[in-house]
Amino acid sequence: MILHDSKTLLEVRGLCATVNGTSILKGLNFIVKSGEVHAIMGPNGSGKSTFAKVLAGHTAYQITAGQMLFEGRNLLEMAPEARARAGIFLAFQYPIEIPGVGNSQFLRLAYNTLQAERGKDELDPLEFDDLVREKMGLLEMNPEFLDRSVNEGFSGGEKKRNEILQMALLEPKLAILDETDSGLDIDALRVVSKGVNHLAGKDRGIVLVTHYQRLLNYIVPDYVHVMVGGRIVRTGGKELALELEERGYDWIEAETSAEGAL
Amino acid sequence: MTGREGLQDVLAGVLVDQAHPPTALASPKLAWLKALRAEAVERVGVLKVPTPRDEAWRFTDISALTGQSFHPLRMPTSLQAGDIAHFHIEEATTRLVFVDGVHAPQLSSASSNANANANANGRSVVVSNLLTAAPTHASAVQPHLGHHAKFGDNLFAALNTAFLHDAALIIVPRETAAAEPVHLLFVSTQPGVASHPRILLVAEAGSAVTLIEDYVALHAGAYFTNSVAELALGANSKVEHVRVQRESGQAFHIASCAVSLAHASRYHSVSVALGAKISRLGLDVLQTAEATECTLDGLALIGERQLADTHTFIDHAKPHGASRQLHKCIVDGAAHAVFNGRVMVRQGAQKTDSTQSSRNLLLTAKAVIDTLPQLEIFADDVKCTHGATVGQLDSEEVFYLRSRGLSEAAARNLLTYAFGAEVIDRIPVASLRLRLEQTVLEQTTRQP
Repeated sequence: MILHDSKTLLEVRGLCATVNGTSILKGLNFIVKSGEVHAIMGPNGSGKSTFAKVLAGHTAYQITAGQMLFEGRNLLEMAPEARARAGIFLAFQYPIEIPGVGNSQFLRLAYNTLQAERGKDELDPLEFDDLVREKMGLLEMNPEFLDRSVNEGFSGGEKKRNEILQMALLEPKLAILDETDSGLDIDALRVVSKGVNHLAGKDRGIVLVTHYQRLLNYIVPDYVHVMVGGRIVRTGGKELALELEERGYDWIEAETSAEGAL
Repeated sequence: MTGREGLQDVLAGVLVDQAHPPTALASPKLAWLKALRAEAVERVGVLKVPTPRDEAWRFTDISALTGQSFHPLRMPTSLQAGDIAHFHIEEATTRLVFVDGVHAPQLSSASSNANANANANGRSVVVSNLLTAAPTHASAVQPHLGHHAKFGDNLFAALNTAFLHDAALIIVPRETAAAEPVHLLFVSTQPGVASHPRILLVAEAGSAVTLIEDYVALHAGAYFTNSVAELALGANSKVEHVRVQRESGQAFHIASCAVSLAHASRYHSVSVALGAKISRLGLDVLQTAEATECTLDGLALIGERQLADTHTFIDHAKPHGASRQLHKCIVDGAAHAVFNGRVMVRQGAQKTDSTQSSRNLLLTAKAVIDTLPQLEIFADDVKCTHGATVGQLDSEEVFYLRSRGLSEAAARNLLTYAFGAEVIDRIPVASLRLRLEQTVLEQTTRQP
């Protein structure tokens, strides 16, 4: 929802990032205010996922120019865990499997770490179990996933649900979902969307990185951005996603390069 | 004679010991034991102390051991039950305790539920020291003691056998399942002592037992444990063997374990090495008949300047045998872990099914791991795989945990713990499993 006088959560100006010497982000500008749902779309290789990981503080990327502010704090000076504690959450495109670490142990550790940061009470295993089961119910997840290792042997859809479960538990101010819809069947897509819509509200921002319009039937964005060549080249309302679905990205790429030529 | 000088005190002790054998050994019924000891003394006189020039000791320099002086126990320590209560394992009410190598009956406890352990013929599980039980059980003991752990070319096994005064003896009669795990607790209380623990387990046909072999210390000094275990599994028997080496950080621990598998028997071991300045475990499993199964799981978790060496040898001598092996090392500080996993599939051992995996985690730039899987196959219809990995923590895993708010140190500790927990989780005794998980957790969350 677009609110008047809502505060700015995220402000990115002229961001440039490289990985192993290859330039990926080339002067990216992006602003999210609380309450808003943004979708970032674009062709493969345009830098969408890189941007998502850079926001979370992935150490493989070097920031060469620009700035990123989260509630006025300089993200470039914050380690990944500091960003998480400040309220940024990235739902991974490819969630990592961690054999030997129990899912419930991991979820509780993450939950209690953030609770402590927020000056709230940590939960003991029994209390946490009640909470996590309630959240799992919302996501129609089988409680047996609690007893398994983190993401180990989970199907693609189960891993994505586990990401949304973490988001639901950690209640971030800014949630970035990196291609959470890829590999989901229609039922899983519905359930995952329900989880995101449940979290969305006037105090939070949501950024959906997606390749396809179909997710946006379930989570209606306030803004749709098109990213090409490491920059956002066009911003519109939800109808832009439909136009992209119909016409592809070629016309935007052509217009962008024509504008660049002027 | 390289290195012999250093072990001189121990070696000289052999002759003194022969001249003054324990009185219980004087019994004519134990003449065979006396002969066994004499044979071992002869080998001790011939064999050289291994050095890195010996192939089997290439990566394990024991000059720190041979350079120190250790003596036989002079004055036994009088321990109270309370001194070792924290080592007790809840499930294992049958416990044999040896203090500095000497059987301590007042600290041991026989099965609380002897009747449950008796089979249809009224024979019960024997858990005793050798000297007490040998006269009545000579026919069960004699064919096995000294016959599985060969000492012809193994100086340490020969030394152990030369000093064979007593042993932990477990006999599980036919078609009997021991109701509870048997806990063998070897406690060191004095620096400077060389002890030679000895274990014999005879699992008769169709029997089942869980054995916990546990080495601990009540002090932080240097001493020398030189142990030999022999496990004879009868047809269709099943043995779970948990071996925990948590000696003091200054200790030297050299161990041989020989396992013999009869037809369709199943052996599972979990060996955990945490302590000792230098430790070495030689675990040999011989499949003497068809359709046997063995699963060997191992974990070495070491730091500072520790060295932990595990040499295993699985001998598929007969057809339709299976073996599964997972060995993990977590090496911190400037420590050094060695794994040599030899699997032999002899001619005629068709349909052997063997897998072996050596996985290693180096936590610092100074940590060292030498891993050598060795597969030797002389049969043509077999399924054998092996592999080894050496690595550091996966940076994507670390990032994933940090992105959920865990500090970098907490993320690394959790991943290190998880790496070790995979082996600990395979221990079939719940309270020991939990305790070791806690130990691993503490050891991996130590801040520098």
